[in-house]
Amino acid sequence: MSDVVEMARLMQGNEAVVEGALAAGVRFFAGYPITPSTEIAELMAERLPGLGGKFIQMEDEIASMAAVIGASLAGVKALTATSGPGFSLKQENIGYAAMAEIPCVIVNVQRWGPSTGIPTAPAQGDVMQARWGTHGDHPVIVLCPASVREAYMLAIRAVNLSEKYRVPVILLMDEVIGHMRERVVQPHAEEVEVIERKKPAVEPKDYYPYRPGDDGVPPMANFGDGYRYHVTGLVHDEKGNPTTDPQVAESLILRLHRKIYDHLDDVITVEGYQLEDAEIVVVAYGAVARSAKRAVKDARAAGIKAGLFRPVTIWPFPEKEVAELAGRVRHIIVAEMNLGQLKGEVERAVQGRVRVTGVNRLNGELITFDEILSAIKEVTTDAQSG
Amino acid sequence: MLSQVESHLRSDRFPHIWCPGCGNGIVLSALVRAIEELGYDPDKTVVVSGIGCSSRAAGYLDFNTLHTTHGRALAFATGIKLARPELDVFVLMGDGDATAIGGNHFIHAARRNIDLTAIIFNNSIYGMTGGQYSPLTPPDKRATTAPYGNIERSFDIAELAKGAGATYVARATTYHATMLEKLIVAGARNKGFSVIEAITACPVGYGRRNKMGNGLQMLLWQKEHAVTVKQAEKMSPEELQDKIIIGELYRGEAPEYTAMYEEIIARAKGKNR
Repeated sequence: MSDVVEMARLMQGNEAVVEGALAAGVRFFAGYPITPSTEIAELMAERLPGLGGKFIQMEDEIASMAAVIGASLAGVKALTATSGPGFSLKQENIGYAAMAEIPCVIVNVQRWGPSTGIPTAPAQGDVMQARWGTHGDHPVIVLCPASVREAYMLAIRAVNLSEKYRVPVILLMDEVIGHMRERVVQPHAEEVEVIERKKPAVEPKDYYPYRPGDDGVPPMANFGDGYRYHVTGLVHDEKGNPTTDPQVAESLILRLHRKIYDHLDDVITVEGYQLEDAEIVVVAYGAVARSAKRAVKDARAAGIKAGLFRPVTIWPFPEKEVAELAGRVRHIIVAEMNLGQLKGEVERAVQGRVRVTGVNRLNGELITFDEILSAIKEVTTDAQSG
Repeated sequence: MLSQVESHLRSDRFPHIWCPGCGNGIVLSALVRAIEELGYDPDKTVVVSGIGCSSRAAGYLDFNTLHTTHGRALAFATGIKLARPELDVFVLMGDGDATAIGGNHFIHAARRNIDLTAIIFNNSIYGMTGGQYSPLTPPDKRATTAPYGNIERSFDIAELAKGAGATYVARATTYHATMLEKLIVAGARNKGFSVIEAITACPVGYGRRNKMGNGLQMLLWQKEHAVTVKQAEKMSPEELQDKIIIGELYRGEAPEYTAMYEEIIARAKGKNR
């Protein structure tokens, strides 16, 4: 870890992801250039070889995701980065990583869509794709940074969670955070918690690659370490052998979910600002959370009891935390750069107990604090007159 | 010889899924004999496959085995090999798998000359999905998706591999199983991207529809249509028209990818000092 640079410096969001990932032990990157994530690939190409790691620019996004899985299976912590259209292409192999339980991290610096959209404009349109992009039912973990320093910390956390739960973890950024420059104080190497995947403690002949421990996660042997086993995207038994047995299929999928949903307290992090006595709460994530914080400050100055709730983990969705809010506030405003992808989840969690409205933007521009402030004022007036 | 092969198989996984008369078992057994001949450590040997009948072979082998997504086997294998170059990696693919959906990965693995040994089971058809035409279905032949005859020209896998930069290219049929084994050995010993095309019979998905008879008759067809590189040298283009040239087709010299990357590491570490 002594190779990791330790100092305060001006850093770009994409750069922070690279430095965080390296601090967490990532030593393999495969990717295909796409704006606005490109700096991650460029910096990895520069930084990895000096740390004895490997960088490869693959022929496409599909191949990049495949190479990342291969490297992880060979025992090297691996990461890829992309944006919108590239994220779409990676989906099949993200599903493979979920099914075969291969730790890996996918950074998606979102851009405006659908299709090629506005290539460098900010958007938050991939919230649902991050959750449901690939076919079938499987859990995912998705983290959303709101600052450059947090991009650094969440890159570490993404790697750690993927190793701990043997699951692909998505670091869902937006262009504003990816390209923003802020002062970042990097923690000292010894302060960085680095989690390694659990290794088998048995002889190779007694190893069941898909037999879970008490935490629902099976210990993982790397290819080449003397444990010979089969890995497949087919439904497989505890030996890794393909089967079509309906019971095995169902219990496998349920376990994949349980290993995440039994540990929600570990997986989910949220941030609150002025929530204690808040009557109107703004829910926002990523870059929009910054506009929302300013709006809340201004609303407070105007005598309105406003607060900010920021999910850092957006999947699994912090349902319990939002439900708790719903029991004690008058109104929830969800501000996001899409037509209401996370708002739907908020509504699901509050179950009609409180009104939920949206502040949405679809023109490739960041939602400003005054737009959110107007929305706060509007619902305050409504509540007073009603 | 049988016990030699058996010791590398996961015997509890049998019977296999392949149809009667299918040639895939012959390719599988040639691969196992080749690995035995090479003396590779099973713990350091990796077999990666794509999707399709042939790609199920990985599951029957007692090595580190990885059954991936359709067409992507070479991309997964690239990650494994680059991350840990000390592992010996074989990649098993079908003809549709390697040259249609996986065509892009195929040419780029060849261009990089990364040290993988690719074995393409060429049965001229998509077998597992029930007989649709592939880029290796010959013109005029029938397939479920070419009910009036195939109008697409087929790839020459060997020429494609060579043109893209592979440094070892060979071809054999399942009738010539011993030759196939030797070519796999030579391909594995080549430090670079090696391609061995194995012509195999699919009597159920391809042969039946094209009136080629059962598995045995298709094997005899291979015997009659295969000519060695040496024999081919003396034959005219007309004589070679419906023939399959077998043997070592190309050997080239080029730097290997993972070795070059080690130099990049040395250069980057030097710069840091």
